[in-house]
Formats: sequence, structure tokens, C-alpha cells
Amino acid sequence: MPELLQFAFSGLTVGAVYALVALGFTLIYNASDVVNFAQGEFVMLGGMATVFLHLAGVPLPMAAALAILITVGVGLALYAFAIDPARGSSAVTIIIITIGASIFLRGVAQVVFDKRFHALPHWFGSDPIRIGGAAILPQSLVVLFGAGLIVALIFLIIDRTLLGRAILATAANRLAARLVGIPVRKIVALSFALSAAIGAVAGILVTPITLTSYDVGTLLALKGFAAAMLGGMGSAVGAVVGGLLLGLAESFGAGLISSKYKDAIAFLIILGVLFVRPQGLFGKRSVERV
Amino acid sequence: MSISKGFSRRAALLAGAFTVSAGLSPAFAQGEIKLGAVLSVTGPASFLGDPEKRTLEMVVEDVNAKGGILGRKVRLIIYDDAGDPNQARTFATRLLEEDKVTAMIGGSTTGTTMAMIPAFEDAQVPFISLAGAVQIIQPVKKWVFKTPHTDTMACEKIFEDMKKRGTTKIGMISGTDGFGKSMRDECVKVAGKYGIEILHEENYGPRDTDMTPQLTNIKNKAGVQAVINPGFGQGPAIVTRNYKQLGINVPLYQSHGVASKQFIGLAGDAAEGVRLPAAALLVADKLPDSDPQKKVVVEYTKNYTTRTGQPVSTFGGHAYDGFMIWKEAVERAKTDNAAKVRDEIEKTKGYVGTGGVVNMSATDHMGLDLSAFKMLEIRNGDWTIVQ
Repeated sequence: MPELLQFAFSGLTVGAVYALVALGFTLIYNASDVVNFAQGEFVMLGGMATVFLHLAGVPLPMAAALAILITVGVGLALYAFAIDPARGSSAVTIIIITIGASIFLRGVAQVVFDKRFHALPHWFGSDPIRIGGAAILPQSLVVLFGAGLIVALIFLIIDRTLLGRAILATAANRLAARLVGIPVRKIVALSFALSAAIGAVAGILVTPITLTSYDVGTLLALKGFAAAMLGGMGSAVGAVVGGLLLGLAESFGAGLISSKYKDAIAFLIILGVLFVRPQGLFGKRSVERV
Repeated sequence: MSISKGFSRRAALLAGAFTVSAGLSPAFAQGEIKLGAVLSVTGPASFLGDPEKRTLEMVVEDVNAKGGILGRKVRLIIYDDAGDPNQARTFATRLLEEDKVTAMIGGSTTGTTMAMIPAFEDAQVPFISLAGAVQIIQPVKKWVFKTPHTDTMACEKIFEDMKKRGTTKIGMISGTDGFGKSMRDECVKVAGKYGIEILHEENYGPRDTDMTPQLTNIKNKAGVQAVINPGFGQGPAIVTRNYKQLGINVPLYQSHGVASKQFIGLAGDAAEGVRLPAAALLVADKLPDSDPQKKVVVEYTKNYTTRTGQPVSTFGGHAYDGFMIWKEAVERAKTDNAAKVRDEIEKTKGYVGTGGVVNMSATDHMGLDLSAFKMLEIRNGDWTIVQ
């Protein structure tokens, strides 16, 4: 029994990381129908920038705040120099641009930072909390709490503010949105800035557990994307549920069946879910109207 | 890729031009000795190729400053294969056909090395590899040598230590990356020889961020007296952290793959008490003065850290050993003729390098024994040598 609890803790820890990355996808997708594959690099930048600013002598909270600002700057630059010039292209074209941007950012990080792994200190110490014979790190709870907070924020922004309405309107129909006076380009730029901020926060929260390096974003983006698909692309609650489910599937797969095939087990579950519900668990069925 | 290739080429040309303009000696009249190197300077294996490149450039500069080998300057031609065996093969051909090198030091990874071996065997040019796997020299290939110790030796060193402590039943958690897999296979192969029984085995992906489920299973397996973690990169650091998180209290053995200060930094206080085999280079300042390797490792460490501003790694040490073995062979052969140099490399005896004492023979193209490894234990955030 304690081992099942331990598997659950492990799954929630890993799942919370995936959930945070998946959340980053949500905003940009909502505003522009684009899946931003450079989202993983935002996570990497948040973690790496904090590490290096801290190494340079900046106090940790300050370093984290600066890292978020830097990442937002990179997000805006990504929009201004790569995405905006290609406006009017199909979503697929823009997705491919984001893949290119992700490779570019990784390369730059390799030069600006370095190629080593880095860690950040745990916020509340690394002594695990023991519950029923299983152990969980306080930092895992921080990550879970952070994911919850970000979901609440996204929910408030999207569903409760005019800005959120504007984001949704932009995603639904750009031309119509512009006709009713929504500054479409600014809205999309804003969604990139917010996504970058979410990514950076994710990077800062998870680095004490996962460690970070210049190329940590690739796999995170892949897993985060899988989580977002599982939860339903565009749904903030779906991103979190999808992330946690994916994490749990991996840890129970590794613990109960085989650690060699745990990724395969997790992806089989995703395929199974998408087979029954192609729009994901919380996704809205997309209807093409003629 | 093409940029860095062009760059290293240009750098090599520049270095060549430099020698010419220096025009110090009759050395130039006799021509330079051309030494090739295909290294994984960028890409996923850059942690190998980068210190190797820096080391080779450093030692070649030193040797040339002292008048070269046999009065001839050494011209080092480096290509970056970015960890890709196909690229490595292409550059190997280029070294042989265009640059006409008389020896080659390189092949940062087992993959790139294996891809290049046929080219050098065909051209009959000596090739000193810097990669780990035992397949490179077993079966023996006439023109191929290597300087790093093998995974098998790391396993044997660990098992030797276990045997001394009366440990016979162990658990194993390995990374599924090339390094972890290869070492895992070697450990399984030699475990029986030391009377070690592997009770339970687990795996993790090279990018996994939590290994507590696997470690929980090992923890719950009755009778496990110690755990080995063959792996590389950040995985072993996370295993070590999770190990402490779960409060597992049997000894944890890591591999030589994580023998760097960085590992202690990443694993933090969880690293306390972890044991691992490692080359003498890492504990240069802690070696007793009676140790034959003391002088060479201390000198290399000093030279490398002051010149590059980076901490030493065993990988750079492998390149250093490769170059020195080749240099001594050329000096004994009194020519850079490929066949004669090959014969002399094979006759290397008692060369004291950063990786150990090298005694090569016609059947052993590596020439290291288990004394090349020191058993280390991490105490108070630093290495201590276990006797």
C-alpha cells in the first residue's frame, strides 16, 4: 500500500511539471490557433536565466523576477520577428516557425549559458514530507500549488475580463475581431508574452526537482503537448488534468508494469483516450460550419 | 554544422600559416607532421568533444613551442562531427584523402569511432580512439587503439569493492541511454565472476525527472544489500536525490560516468556516502605522493585549468594520453611513417598517463588494468579515496 501512495506522489510531481508546460500552450493556442513548440524553451529560459543570474550574485527572488522579464522579452521578440511577419500564413506554417524558433533558442542558450546541468535550491528545504510510508518533496507541493494558481489566473483572464473575450474573439475569427475594433496583433503579442511568463514561472518552480540545461525544453514541450492534447487543447483545466494523468500513467506504469516501457504505456493510454474522445477530455468539439 | 566545420578548418589553416610565418627553423623544410582529430565538439556529446579539443590544441601548442616532434612542427587538423557517426565517417575520409594525416586521435563517442574504424583500417593509418566501449578494441584491430578505460572495468572495480565488504545481493537501476545500457550489460556479464547476484533491475529514460517508483520497487525487494546506477548526465543525480527522499539505507554505487564535481553539486547532500569508481585525474590533489600518476595528473590539471578556465574532466585527459602515446611512439620510431608509428604504439610500455599506467601489447590495444580506477566515496561534499 505505501508503494502505491509513493507511485501516486511521483506521478503528481512529474504530472505537475507537465501540467505547467501544457498550460503555456493554452494561451497562445486560444489566441491564434497555433501550437507554440518553443514553449519548452520558455521553461528552459526561466530556469537557466534564474540559475545564471543567481550565480552572478543576484538574490534568488530577484533573479527569478528578472528571468521572467527576460523570458517575456524573448516571447515578444519571437512574436515580433518570427510570428508577426508570417501573419496571414496558415497555422501549420506558423507552427513550423515555432519549431525553428525552438531550435534557435536552444542554440543561443548553449552559447549564452553553457551545456551543463544546473539546479536551484528547494524553496522549503529538500527534506521530504512522509505520509503513510511514502515520501513527497515540499517542492512538489509548490509546483502543484503553482499550477493551480496559474489555472485560476488564466480562468479569470479568459472568462472574466474584456481582454479574455478579445483573446477568444481573435481566435474565433480574426477578421471579425478586427472589424469590431479588437487590436488583433496586440492581442496575439500579449498571448505570447503571457505564455512566456507562464513558461518561465514553470521553469523556476520545477528546476529544483527536475534540474535544467539548455536542451531541457524539447522533451518538456513534447510531454506538455501530449498532456494538453489529452486534456483538450485550449482548456486550462484540461491542461492540468491531462498533465497529472500523464504523470500518473508514467509512474504507475513504471512501478507496476515495467520501467522500460513506461513511456509507451503512457502514450498508449493517450492514444486510447483520443480514440474515444478526439477533442480530448475537456476540449470542445470543433465544428466546421459551411 | 558547416559553419563550425569551416571554422575549425580555417583555424587549422591559420595555425598552419602561423607556423610558416614564424619560420623559425628548418622544421618547415622537413614538413609538418599532420595529426588528424574528428571530435564531437558540438551536439549532444559536446561534453566529451569540447574538453578533448581544448586539450589537443593545448598540448600541440606546447609541443610546437618546444620545437615540435623530431624537430618538426605538429599540425593538428580538427573536424567537428557534432556526435553524428555519418559526419564522422565523412571527415575521416577527408582526413585520410585530402589532409593526408599520418595518425588520428579522436572519435569522442563509441558510435563515431565505430563508423570511422573501417576507413583507418583500409588506409592503414593508426587511430587512437577516445571512446569507452570495449568493442573498439575487442576483437583487436590492427590500426585501432584506445585510451579510456572500459565500462567492464568500472563494473569490475565496483564488484571488487562489494566483495571486500561482503555484499553479494544487489539491485540495479540503469539509464536507457547508450552509456547506461552498455555499462548495465557489462555489469550483468561480469557479476557472476565476483559472486554477485542481481536481485532486481529497473530502468529510467535519460530525461526522466523522477525515479521514485523504480527505487520504491528496489527498496521493497527483500535482501538487496547495495544498488548500482549505471548512467550518465542528470539521471544519476536525480536517482541519488530520490534515493535519499525514500530513505533507502543500503550503499549506492554510481558509475564513472558521473565522476565530476558537477554531480556532487546537482545531487547536493543526497550525494553523501555515494561510492563510485573514477580515474585518478579527478582526485589529483588527494593522491598520495607515492602514486605514480600523481605528477602527470597534477601537471595536466594545472595546465588545463589555467589555460581554459574550466575544471578538468577525464575526457580531456583521454585526449592528453592519446596524444602523448602517439608522440612517444613517433619519437621512438624516429619518423611519422604510419606503419612504423603503429608498431611503436603497440609497444607502449609503462606510459604513465592521466587514465592510468598503459602497457599495450599485440592483444591489448588499451593497456589499462583495474588500478586505473580509484574507488571514491563522497564525504562532506568532496571525494575521498577508499582504500
